[in-house]
Amino acid sequence: MAAALDIATTILVFGLAYAMLLFIISVGLSITMGLMGFVNLAHGAFAMVGGYITVKLVTPMGVPYLLALVIAFFLVAALGAVMDRLLYRHVYGRPELDQVLFTIGIVFVSVAGVSFVWGPDPQNILLPEMLLGDIDLGFKSIPVYRAFMIVAGGAIVAALFFGLERTKIGAQVRAAVDNRRMAESCGIPTGRLFTIIFALGSGMAALGGGLGIQILGGLKPVFAFEYLVIFLIVVAVGGLGNIRGTFVAALLLGIIDFAGKYFLPEGGGFFIYGVTFIVLLWRPHGLLGKA
Amino acid sequence: MFRFTTATILAGSIALAAAAEAREIKVGFIAPKSGGAAQLGEQLERGARLYIKLHEKELGGDTIKLIVRDSKRPGGPIAKAAAQELIAREKVEILGGVIFSPNAMSIAPLATAAKVPFVVMNAGTSWITTLSPNIARVSFTMWQAGFIMGEHAATALGCKTAISGYTNYPPGKDSVAAFKRGFEGAGGKVIDSIPMGGPREAPDFTPFFQRVKDKKPNCFYVFVPGGNHAAGASKTYLALRMKQAGIKFIGPGDLTHDLQLQSIGPAIAGTTIAIHYHADLENPVNAAYRKAFKAEYGKDAVNDFVSVGGYDGMAAVFHIIKSAKGGKITAAGAIAALKGWTHDSPRGKIMVDPVTRDIVQNIYVAEVVDDNGTLRHKTLKTIEAVKDKCKELKIGRCGK
Repeated sequence: MAAALDIATTILVFGLAYAMLLFIISVGLSITMGLMGFVNLAHGAFAMVGGYITVKLVTPMGVPYLLALVIAFFLVAALGAVMDRLLYRHVYGRPELDQVLFTIGIVFVSVAGVSFVWGPDPQNILLPEMLLGDIDLGFKSIPVYRAFMIVAGGAIVAALFFGLERTKIGAQVRAAVDNRRMAESCGIPTGRLFTIIFALGSGMAALGGGLGIQILGGLKPVFAFEYLVIFLIVVAVGGLGNIRGTFVAALLLGIIDFAGKYFLPEGGGFFIYGVTFIVLLWRPHGLLGKA
Repeated sequence: MFRFTTATILAGSIALAAAAEAREIKVGFIAPKSGGAAQLGEQLERGARLYIKLHEKELGGDTIKLIVRDSKRPGGPIAKAAAQELIAREKVEILGGVIFSPNAMSIAPLATAAKVPFVVMNAGTSWITTLSPNIARVSFTMWQAGFIMGEHAATALGCKTAISGYTNYPPGKDSVAAFKRGFEGAGGKVIDSIPMGGPREAPDFTPFFQRVKDKKPNCFYVFVPGGNHAAGASKTYLALRMKQAGIKFIGPGDLTHDLQLQSIGPAIAGTTIAIHYHADLENPVNAAYRKAFKAEYGKDAVNDFVSVGGYDGMAAVFHIIKSAKGGKITAAGAIAALKGWTHDSPRGKIMVDPVTRDIVQNIYVAEVVDDNGTLRHKTLKTIEAVKDKCKELKIGRCGK
């Protein structure tokens, strides 16, 4: 019994930490897809750049880790806004193939750019003292870093829900997702809204990149490709543009992925795909998506 | 009379020129130059180029043209296409390089068909040499370190139970099979064996390592490719506090790869590995090698086992060229020359086994120690002239 409880706690803690990371990175992708009907395959590149900014601020410059995360968020959000105004806006109305080609091109540029500037070697950071060590729950110890991931993820989820459900701009976003032309007719500036959302989503991805360095096994230039599939799966399973759906999907996939590798390592990464397959057969528009 | 003399001098000088005309020998070199293992490819090439630079004058005016092709991924097809192109279009006389075992396996049939000698400079799956009579290996086999580590874990480290974790491709399976044989032969028991994803990109090792932690073995034997995987595995071991839980971390030398050792952090001190070469080996050849390597590539460059594979691999290539004595290089001639070839390597004396064409060398059991903030390998035990156990015992595909 004690052993079962022990294993259940392990899976819950590590699975939740991974799930939070998946949510933080994927939510921006989900909103841009839902709101703008835009397939931004370069989303992982923003997460990667955020990760690199965090590493480079912490290691050579000695900026505290948490402050580095905040700086990465704002820098990449600004980068997102600039990219949106300069580049992305030109392809919003274009066919999906154009969007895919355009954004996958940006991924290639980002991978090559990052390799050029920081080299192909994996980047790691030494976490601050306060995030190392264990928390004793009485019956089991869990690593502080994973607990921190869960708490930080929870706070971000709460802030997002509050922002979308309770603020005026949140109401505008929801209106634009539901019916963009009607929202425009009511005088909602959807163009500006796009830029804000795009910047916010990029910033969130950067935050996820910085938070996840340790969990994702180091940061490399191929990051933008390596995890793209996982982010797309989270968005598809959750339903496009649905924050609640993205959250549920991240929880489901994060915990199942960890449990699958823990109990049946021979199955490796198969579980996450198996779940996706079943969910999409059952609900082709995702768990909480609209047909 | 006058005419006759001119003609004679002319003819004479032409003959002289022909005799002294330097040959350019093309050597195909396949290694990852992009992707997650680009760093390993670079080390291999650095070793090879350093040997050429230091020894080219021994070829009596002949020169070597190293033609490098990117194998990109650990899998076979790209490396095979590269080898095909090197043989058919570039007309290379010798093939070499290769970091990942599946690369070498896919190139082997081409070496046989085109009758080109193929010098394996890293890939360590034991049965690679059985795939073509034109292969000779100068690097290592997974069985050499794995078997010895197994014995050492059961005897010197006093482990009664062990779990092995491995990257799920041929050298990983080889390494844990060798460990199991050595460990159980010496009285231990392997209670679980965990495949931990493929070789292409380093995964998050946490679920696998947490499973091990919960099963509480005495020793945890891990095979992962050097480079990114090694750093990730060691960091996960530390992050999950498995050391504090009393689980000893052991493996072949890839685990505490010299290239990544400093970035893993001082807590990794105490890890025990078995390997054919580490950067801190104390012998005059290695001291000279370390010095030359740093002089060539900068003081932060690390003379790791991958670079030594390239360095000694090129020594074997030189031996092939010298043995041909200016004549045509053939696979049969090259392999005959390499059989029983001995060489003073930075890792100690090495020999190519005349029967199996595989490397015979010392294996060192070493511990990671913290030397005033710098992590180093400290040799605990030297086992001399180790052959490939897999072929000695005729296990599985090694028996062919």
